[in-house]
Amino acid sequence: MADSTSWLPSATIDTLVARAGMIQTIRQFFSEREVLEVETPILSQFSGTDLQLSQWHTEQGHSLHTSPEFAMKRLLAAGSGDIFQICHVFRRDELGQRHNPEFTMLEWYRVGMDEFGLMDDVVNLISFCSGQRLLERQCMTYEEAFLTADLPDPHRASLTELQQTVADKLQADAATWTRDDCLDALMSMVVEPSLPRESLCFINQYPKSQAALAQHQDLGDIQVARRFELYWQGMELANGYYELTDAREQKRRFEAEQAAKISSGEEKRGFDQRFLDALDAGIPSCSGVALGLDRLLMILLQKKNIAEVMAFAFDRA
Amino acid sequence: MATYSTSEFRSGMKVLLDGEPCSIVENEFVKPGKGQAFNRVKLKNLKTGRTWERTFKSGESIEGADVQDIDMEYLYTDGEFWHFMKTDGSFEQISCDKTALGDTIDWLKEQETFEVTLFNGTPISVTAPNHIELEVVETDPGVKGDTATGGSKPAKLASGAVVKVPLFINQGEIIRVDTRSRDYLSRAKS
Repeated sequence: MADSTSWLPSATIDTLVARAGMIQTIRQFFSEREVLEVETPILSQFSGTDLQLSQWHTEQGHSLHTSPEFAMKRLLAAGSGDIFQICHVFRRDELGQRHNPEFTMLEWYRVGMDEFGLMDDVVNLISFCSGQRLLERQCMTYEEAFLTADLPDPHRASLTELQQTVADKLQADAATWTRDDCLDALMSMVVEPSLPRESLCFINQYPKSQAALAQHQDLGDIQVARRFELYWQGMELANGYYELTDAREQKRRFEAEQAAKISSGEEKRGFDQRFLDALDAGIPSCSGVALGLDRLLMILLQKKNIAEVMAFAFDRA
Repeated sequence: MATYSTSEFRSGMKVLLDGEPCSIVENEFVKPGKGQAFNRVKLKNLKTGRTWERTFKSGESIEGADVQDIDMEYLYTDGEFWHFMKTDGSFEQISCDKTALGDTIDWLKEQETFEVTLFNGTPISVTAPNHIELEVVETDPGVKGDTATGGSKPAKLASGAVVKVPLFINQGEIIRVDTRSRDYLSRAKS
């Protein structure tokens, strides 16, 4: 339904000026730290096997990427050193106040850094973009975040208890939901709104089922993933990993994801052998993070809807 | 009846939840970057008027509800049922019970058009027009000339509703009222 004003941008020109300024600031930040800007294909033969991301495929069988992760890791394996990329990524069926099926991602990798070093990097970058010296931050584990929100232990509670909690807190018919369904629902609809809004809030040590590309860590009775998420002003802003570098383990996880995808009735697609070969050839120990630039701009400019920070949101694209 | 998947949810859509007819009020898409997507939905139970919140996994679907809103003229009550007639020229009549009528019982006026909501052909609620003109049948005598002090007093209307009116209104006058807020609007233009 194109009305006669739908040719107009969904953002104001002032917002687009601020957007250009932010992107320039980011380039300056990385240039000062000698992180190399790279560009990798948006359209590629293979893409991730992530169950939760639905992709666009061309008639020729190529995919629009949901993240530039594999290509960037191939560069790391080839000896690029620290790299960053600002690119559009595509995720079908994601549309809402904070979601647009095409959006801009900032992704970067730091060689020889673990997830905590990378968190510092994230704080520095956002502080730099917001023109503040250093924003306040806090860090808690996934488990602490659940317990603080009066929820069951996410790693040790039974599936039945999690399903019951979802039913009680979120009025859902959760009897057939999986463990990760329940955890995702509680995380995004109970924990997330209760997190402190003003400081940069990092959550780490995710259930290992929720991070196919991160290293695992042994906590004695359970294993967790060395993954972190950043929340700010009630919004999920970035996701980082201490990256898995073991090609055999990665292949095993891909196969598990693929099997799950097939059993949920999705079409079988091959996984990225070139990415696995790169891991096999040897990728340096590194951490990487992806940050939604549109959302960062929403926060910096106090905009409520992602469409307000994009030249043309999906309904006008 | 058709079923609707979460991606088809729109506000105003009539669906069946726990066997009750509901209207979707709000549908919020929630998705963690690396996880399952959800729809947080606000629905209004069309029978009780209560608002419900529900969470669905994106892709889940629910059944549509056979709900129709029809304009009908109020005719009369026999004490047990309230009778309405279609305004489409068919003269078809429908009778509602007290539960379906709800608070609208306060606003009934013969020959006035009401919106009757039918679920599977049975009336489940009746909505009064937003503005209605009714006679004041009981109130304290009017205070002459007092149109500015802003005081008010209760007045009983012909339909049974009691509303607050300005002090200058007299018994026997016809006034215009907002049925949603129960606010006095003006004297009816004669």
